[in-house]
Amino acid sequence: MRRKLFERFVERAIFLSGIAAVILVVLIFVFLLKESIAFFSQVNFFTTLFNKDWYPISEPPKFGFLPLILGSVFVTFGAIVIAVPFGVAAAIYISEVAPSRIKDILKTGIELLAAIPSIVLGFIGIVALAPLIKYVFRLPSGLTALAGSIMLAFMAMPTIVSIVEDALTSVPKSYKEGSLALGATHWQTIRRVILPAAFPGIVAAVMLGIGRVIGETMAVLMITGNAAILPHSLLQPVRTLTATIAAEMGEVIQGSLHYYSLFGIGFVLFVITFFINLMADMFLHRKRF
Amino acid sequence: MFKKIGLLLLVFIAVVSLVGCGGGKKAVQIKGSDTMVNLGQSWSEEFMKKHPDIPVAVTGGGSGTGIAALINKTTDIAECSRNMEKKEIEIARSKGVDPYETIVGNDGIVVVVAPENPVNKLTIQQLSDIFTGKITNWQAVGGPDKEIVALSRDRNSGTHVFFLEHVVKLGKKGNNNEFAKGVLMMPSNQAIVEEVSGNSAAIGYIGLGYLNDRLKAVAVGKTVAGPYITPSIKTVGNKTYSVSRPLYMYTNGVPSGEVKTFIDFVLSDEGQKVVLDMDFVPIR
Repeated sequence: MRRKLFERFVERAIFLSGIAAVILVVLIFVFLLKESIAFFSQVNFFTTLFNKDWYPISEPPKFGFLPLILGSVFVTFGAIVIAVPFGVAAAIYISEVAPSRIKDILKTGIELLAAIPSIVLGFIGIVALAPLIKYVFRLPSGLTALAGSIMLAFMAMPTIVSIVEDALTSVPKSYKEGSLALGATHWQTIRRVILPAAFPGIVAAVMLGIGRVIGETMAVLMITGNAAILPHSLLQPVRTLTATIAAEMGEVIQGSLHYYSLFGIGFVLFVITFFINLMADMFLHRKRF
Repeated sequence: MFKKIGLLLLVFIAVVSLVGCGGGKKAVQIKGSDTMVNLGQSWSEEFMKKHPDIPVAVTGGGSGTGIAALINKTTDIAECSRNMEKKEIEIARSKGVDPYETIVGNDGIVVVVAPENPVNKLTIQQLSDIFTGKITNWQAVGGPDKEIVALSRDRNSGTHVFFLEHVVKLGKKGNNNEFAKGVLMMPSNQAIVEEVSGNSAAIGYIGLGYLNDRLKAVAVGKTVAGPYITPSIKTVGNKTYSVSRPLYMYTNGVPSGEVKTFIDFVLSDEGQKVVLDMDFVPIR
């Protein structure tokens, strides 16, 4: 009797923990929506989205999200272009080539990379990477989208490597054996058989990597220069959505339009990451052939 | 199994109630400006040496954060490196909080360049032109043929607001000047120090306390004819250096009780000596 009661108690507790995450997401969404409606009811949604001036504390204030959205897109694009080839190559090496001892060392190392706090990466970026970029590209200043991209590539790499590695390992062994038995070389097998079979997993990894990068704040705040211009190259400073919220929340007058505009930015960011994650999920759960 | 859980619960309750009993005395809460957080910390340390029975807790977060906390009655004193805005005072009044202002010190805003930069002096007008993007090359102000990298604090900073109003907008109400879009927004005084000291084309502004020998302070003049004044504790104190601002503490109504004891200490000779030690400028 007591055991049965205990059993039910545990079941309930686990159930509650399970749905807590979902409830939290819904609550956060509702809160964001409520606060950003206070903003979007006073400005035109589309002109805000495509206005190119971000001067929130001027008279009259200008709330243009376009430079911020483009800033986030530029930094994210750069980071993914750097992180995906390295990440996929690392995953192939770990799952297909490396002997088991090296495999363990590499996996631990990559997990450690994920454990470095972003503020530390930002600090390294400002004292080491930015001067290097300034020197190499002969720029007036190294605080650019590229500096942010490189640092964020480091942060996205662990996510990408571990998910791609999972995808590669879950390709049925018979595929590989069949290919080798037909006389294909190891590399041909990887390229023609294993990679295509693991493709949905790789796409999901890239999507989750993008989600990780676009939401990152501290490192970009420190090293991208935060100038709200419309960027046309990675060698220019940019101001991302996340850095704008972080930089302006501390000093904003509560209840002002500027305050609500930051929730508006948060809402836009939430919608973007939601769709990226949704796409990643669709690819992860797509039926394998 | 149940016994174990019960025991754990008991221990937990015991610990929580012990911790709860420890903090019997209510601390004086101070919250606000990041510029002033170290200053507040030093004041509280000196103060608690004299008044060990009155604990003082200091946190930063920005001037706006401090004011929000004062309005929500979660802090006793809001440290602020700018005036309270009209809108903030309105909100405070509507919530039954009556902000009372005390000036507790002064801060000089120093325009800095790298030591190897040959430019030693600039007028307020030139500074405004640099930060609004009208001047983009050092040649226009007597320097080498190099693109200017202008660095500003971000909008979370009271210093940003002050510099915008008194330098970029030339101190004129209704002036429409803005920071150029290309001005880099840095998250802290320290980030500006790092970038300027390593970049001979950079110009930025910081609090007087952050000045060190890896940087050069630019002398500032109101007109081209001068006089150009180099910022120092002396020139800020006697108001000859114009780019300076008061530092405030806001309380709910005229301070009383322990809060009054603390603010009286801040305004005393001893308290003002702390201001000087922290590289800010005393009120007298």
